[in-house]
Amino acid sequence: MFHDPLPARPGLGLKPQHYAQIIAEKPDLGFFEVHAENYMGEGGPPHRYLSAICADYPLSLHGVGLSIGGEAPLDRDHLKRLRALVERYQPASFSEHLAWSSHDEGYLNDLLPVPYTPETLERVVAHVDEVQQALGRRMLLENPSTYVLFEESTIEEVDFLAAIADRTGCGLLLDVNNVMVSAVNHRLDPVAYIDRFPVHHVGEIHLAGYDETTDDAGERLLIDAHGSRVRPDVFALYRHTIIRTGALPTLVEWDNNVPAFDVLMDEVRLVDEVLDGTLNRRLAS
Amino acid sequence: MTSQSQFTRALTDPAQPVPAGLVSPRGSVDSKRFAVYRNNVHVSLVGALAARFPVTRQLVGEEFFAGMARLYVGQTKPKGPVLLHYGDSFPDFVAQFPPASGLPYLPDLARLEAAWTDAYNAADVDVLVPADLSTIGGDALAALDLTLAPSTRLVRSGFPVGSLWSAHQTTPVSIPALSGSECVLLTRPEADIRLTIIPPAAFAFLKAIGQGLPLGQASEAALTDFPDFDPGAALVGLAGLGAFAALTKEQADV
Repeated sequence: MFHDPLPARPGLGLKPQHYAQIIAEKPDLGFFEVHAENYMGEGGPPHRYLSAICADYPLSLHGVGLSIGGEAPLDRDHLKRLRALVERYQPASFSEHLAWSSHDEGYLNDLLPVPYTPETLERVVAHVDEVQQALGRRMLLENPSTYVLFEESTIEEVDFLAAIADRTGCGLLLDVNNVMVSAVNHRLDPVAYIDRFPVHHVGEIHLAGYDETTDDAGERLLIDAHGSRVRPDVFALYRHTIIRTGALPTLVEWDNNVPAFDVLMDEVRLVDEVLDGTLNRRLAS
Repeated sequence: MTSQSQFTRALTDPAQPVPAGLVSPRGSVDSKRFAVYRNNVHVSLVGALAARFPVTRQLVGEEFFAGMARLYVGQTKPKGPVLLHYGDSFPDFVAQFPPASGLPYLPDLARLEAAWTDAYNAADVDVLVPADLSTIGGDALAALDLTLAPSTRLVRSGFPVGSLWSAHQTTPVSIPALSGSECVLLTRPEADIRLTIIPPAAFAFLKAIGQGLPLGQASEAALTDFPDFDPGAALVGLAGLGAFAALTKEQADV
């Protein structure tokens, strides 16, 4: 099935405390994104507001609980719930994470890391195939933020993601904050990561704020916290990314300590400046 | 190789060492790095409980709530990735949590909050309005099987938990007297949840209807304990609050 893609403009995560203001003021935004799992109740105000907002804006449906990197088979009931949401809201995009979050003990509510080996690649490819078949559409897969490395990993993350996209036909969601977090945590060069990233597969960009602590050796450890403004170094990396990719749909994520909507719109203006800059450069060349 | 079973065991039991095979870029085992994952799991699930039980949290304070919720999270993980119903058993946990025993109304207040989220996320249906009943004759009315709307919830407590909850919806909070039982009805007549404290007789009547008794028998059940009960007035009042699903076509055509 063909869907209009997300526009190459800034978008925001939709939060219940902002529903009324968004409906009243219709802010100038390219799209809204929601976590799919928050709209898996049967009815009530969340669906009523989301339906109203979808009448005015394209929707990006972003899953956080499918456990695509899990050793266990995908949760068929959860896939059915996702399919029902996709059919109901016809989102412009569906995305999920290169991570796992469910195990025998239950759902762990965190995006846990996957080692990069030929075996895990086979598993993730099979799971992405299954998701795309179940939903009847292409999905985007997001690069993770990680805090530890697996000794068993033999493939670089960029190559791992590129292989998944090549083999399944899925797109990629490039989270620039995650790139910064993982690069600092693992002493890698974030610019080199972006420069090697298979940008032709990228359908959306995420930006967010990180927190900072230290590891056992007292060295910088960044945490993907989604509770503050996008940090200047991430914005700089985003600018570098957009010069390479051209304008792309760009989400500002802010999920914890959610501020007033106007603060989010300040972030949107900063994103807009970067996207407009690309346009001007392209017009000039 | 680090299996997800090993990872999960170390994640959920802080006494376990960092799983073998997980390292820092220096190649060393690094407990602070692994602790980020442990912390994410706990903090995010405690946050999910805080979002579902905001008045419970206000009553005990943030620190006490976080400690209590952390113990619950340690014992009870969500069954799946939809967290809307995570914490269904939290009120029972609170009831068994000795440090909270000084607040005997807390478990029922938490039950009311759990019911509130259930009502909030329940399926949308057309509700019965009092006028729908006006054309139905006496015998047919007595035989009528009404269905509660999916968002209708009933909570009965030996404490005034409805008043206590309502008092926390405005600031500054003025705490009501904490004695006396209450029957609380949650409905979603239109957009938002409505909390109503109803008489015990109306509660018994609704409960009987919810158990599938036709209106006549539900009235008798309520009248047994409450001889002054006025079923007609209660029916109109409860329908006005949106407690019932609309009549089926067959019922409306009687």
